[in-house]
Amino acid sequence: MVHTSLDVVDEKISAMGKALVDQRELYLGLLYPTEDYKVYGYVTNSKVKFVMVVDSSNTALRDNEIRSMFRKLHNSYTDVMCNPFYNPGDHIQSRAFDSMVTSMMIQVC
Amino acid sequence: MEGLTLSDAEQKYYSDLFSYCDIESTKKVAANGRVLELFRAAQLPNDVVLQIMELCGATRLGYFGRSQFYIALKLVAVAQSGFPLRVESINTVKDLPLPRFVASKNEQESRHAASYSSDSENQGSYSGVIPPPPGRGQVKKGSVSHDTVQPRTSADQQEPASPVVSPQQSPPTSPHTWRKHSRHPSGGNSERPLTGPGPFWSPFGEAQSGSSAGDAVWSGHSPPPPQETWVSFADTPPTSTLLTMHPASVQDQTTVRTVASATTANEIRRQSSSYDDPWKITDEQRQYYVNQFKTIQPDLNGFIPGSAAKEFFTKSKLPILELSHIWELSDFDKDGALTLDEFCAAFHLVVARKNGYDLPEKLPESLMPKLIDLEDSADVGDQPGEVGYSGSPAEAPPSKSPSMPSLNQTWPELNQSSEQWETFSERSSSSQTLTQFDSNIAPADPDTAIVHPVPIRMTPSKIHMQEMELKRTGSDHTNPTSPLLVKPSDLSEESKINSSVKFASGNTVADGYSSSDSFTSDPEQIGNNVTHQRSHSGTSPDNTAPPPPPPRPQPSHSRSSSLDMNRTFAVTTGQQQAGVVAHPPAVPPRPQPSQAPGPVVHRPVDADGLITHTSTSPQQIPEQPNFADFSQFEVFAASNVNEEQDDEAEKHPEVLPVEKASDPASSLRVAKTDSKIEEKTAASVPANVSKGTTPLAPPPKPVRRRLKSEDELRPEVDEHTQKTGVLAAVLASQPSIPRSVGKDKKAIQASIRRNKETNTVLARLNSELQQQLKDVLEERISLEVQLEQLRPFSHL
Repeated sequence: MVHTSLDVVDEKISAMGKALVDQRELYLGLLYPTEDYKVYGYVTNSKVKFVMVVDSSNTALRDNEIRSMFRKLHNSYTDVMCNPFYNPGDHIQSRAFDSMVTSMMIQVC
Repeated sequence: MEGLTLSDAEQKYYSDLFSYCDIESTKKVAANGRVLELFRAAQLPNDVVLQIMELCGATRLGYFGRSQFYIALKLVAVAQSGFPLRVESINTVKDLPLPRFVASKNEQESRHAASYSSDSENQGSYSGVIPPPPGRGQVKKGSVSHDTVQPRTSADQQEPASPVVSPQQSPPTSPHTWRKHSRHPSGGNSERPLTGPGPFWSPFGEAQSGSSAGDAVWSGHSPPPPQETWVSFADTPPTSTLLTMHPASVQDQTTVRTVASATTANEIRRQSSSYDDPWKITDEQRQYYVNQFKTIQPDLNGFIPGSAAKEFFTKSKLPILELSHIWELSDFDKDGALTLDEFCAAFHLVVARKNGYDLPEKLPESLMPKLIDLEDSADVGDQPGEVGYSGSPAEAPPSKSPSMPSLNQTWPELNQSSEQWETFSERSSSSQTLTQFDSNIAPADPDTAIVHPVPIRMTPSKIHMQEMELKRTGSDHTNPTSPLLVKPSDLSEESKINSSVKFASGNTVADGYSSSDSFTSDPEQIGNNVTHQRSHSGTSPDNTAPPPPPPRPQPSHSRSSSLDMNRTFAVTTGQQQAGVVAHPPAVPPRPQPSQAPGPVVHRPVDADGLITHTSTSPQQIPEQPNFADFSQFEVFAASNVNEEQDDEAEKHPEVLPVEKASDPASSLRVAKTDSKIEEKTAASVPANVSKGTTPLAPPPKPVRRRLKSEDELRPEVDEHTQKTGVLAAVLASQPSIPRSVGKDKKAIQASIRRNKETNTVLARLNSELQQQLKDVLEERISLEVQLEQLRPFSHL
């Protein structure tokens, strides 16, 4: 999974050159024979990447749902960023952020 | 623990006291500090207290569980009643009065005592000694000491009736020391003999050491309890820490504490004093926070950038994680900067944390910043009690822009500015329609002294536009309504500017148009201006081709000015748009190219009442108004021109010719002025048209008009000295005018009458539109408010 994620990242990097404004990337093609999961990628304007791994057993989420999830994630991330005490790169410990993420995950599953 | 049976009153009282002591809301453990304070307030001798603590098992357990606490309270009651302390006594003593606590820092206790105690006398005595509400902190200390000193009669430890036991003996410093002492968990001193506490109390001790052991100490402690928390802020030892005070250390601590924690102490004290709402900020606290805010950001309306706030709060030595959490809680609008309310909330949370309070998961209501910072006042007098989504950066008036670090606010700015922009654009679109509508009306009668100052809008609106933009970007924290607020002010400014600024070059027109859109405040006016300008631009050479005004068929108005007129009038009629004024784009090669549509533009702008004039002076309206070109114009001019400030002669000439067509011209103008405004203008136009139909029946032919306008100009020129430009043109044409003077007189008079009528109609229309505008603005404000309220939820 980690490797796949890395591949995803690589792919994004290549995609960056083309369309930097691409806000979302549906990387559905990443379905391993054994591991049936989908990886979604989302890159922000500041090159911050969000990778979402979804288990395919769950009825495939609609594209819009994924997008909305990423949007929410992005919003929460910006809120976390606003905190001056947060250093970019640190492990995010924001409770609000975590709760948002959790609620989002629960909502899907 | 032995079984404890409590009466109902006791039960209630005890639970209240327990809650009071349970500062951490654990529901299980009462903070040692509080308990100690409480016991001290019971004014029992130290040894008794120690004994109680031992008996209840707290010393054994090391903390005060609920049962221990209740037992302890019971024992306090027992002791206060004079019964020997024994384990059995808790249940054997019947009708035990509720334990009384004197001047505990909590009014609560006193209140409880008052309410629960069956011993009214004691109550009375207690209340007498009860120091002022904890909030007073230091003040209280002093007063308490006084109080305690007075009532102190004896050091009868067991005498519950002597609330103030040792006030006399407690030296002024006693409170301090007491604080310290209170800190020290008596729990650990269970075995301490009377002398044991001595060392603790030594500080006070000095004064009282000799005396009955703990009495003095107790009394002196009452005030201190609240201060304990103070100390905690500055001092490391948490309130719950059981410290053994050494006399020396105690003293030192005391002094240090008092000195170091002067401010923090106050805060803490205040904080702990509000039992009911632990998160409530007292006035003193708030004032302190405000002062601190000022040290960082002199402008109370401004923001504290995140980095500065970070440094400031890091000084409190809280762990970064907690600071991060505090920030999350307090930065309500998530903009990376702290407004005054947010700062106070954050500071309050820091103080609370220092005192041992756990941070809440979400911001308490009393700490929430104001929802909408409508009041741009920077004052922070009120606690941030308003719950609300401070959505648009609350209270961040544009003035904040300089103070806001762009970095920190990148995100919020983006978000907010985008939001603002969005709304802005919405407004602009609405304003556009409005403006168009207005323009229809306005241009109606350039001559009608509508004199709108409006036309000039382009420039001013542009300026406003810029200002608005600046404000918007600068102040992330502006309330959603702030743009609106700004707008109203802009409106007034604009109107002023409009009036003052003559419709200048067409360039401005274009700009003005866009800017006017942005200014919802004056959409109509702007629209008018814009349209007018546009129309004028067509006519006037310098018109920078403002958005193509509605094709004004009005032939009379070759210039944009006429367009305006036409537009306003033509809107309604539509037909009559004799392209007179030829929307700016179609500037017919009017004979009066010199007459820049300027005047016309001006006119139309002014003219809400112009519309009415359309009929009478369709030509005049847009451009010519200033020109006393034709008799009609003269009429208008007399009334309108004066009002209008077209000063561009160009316009006038053109307008005149345009207006010549009078009816058609006016209609044209109307049409030109604004198709959007058609509604209104339509109504007015027909009226105007019907009325005014001056002999300018023939479609306003620019040429014709021009000639006529010249004629009329002359008379008008005389009348309207304002239109300097016009005058110039008029004067130029004057030589040729005299010939038709005689005939003009009547025509002029007639046109004057018509113009006046048109003017009044337009004026009425104007007022109605203004009213509508106000209503719309109000609606917008309310919608924005709602939007702000909903915004926080939309993100999740």
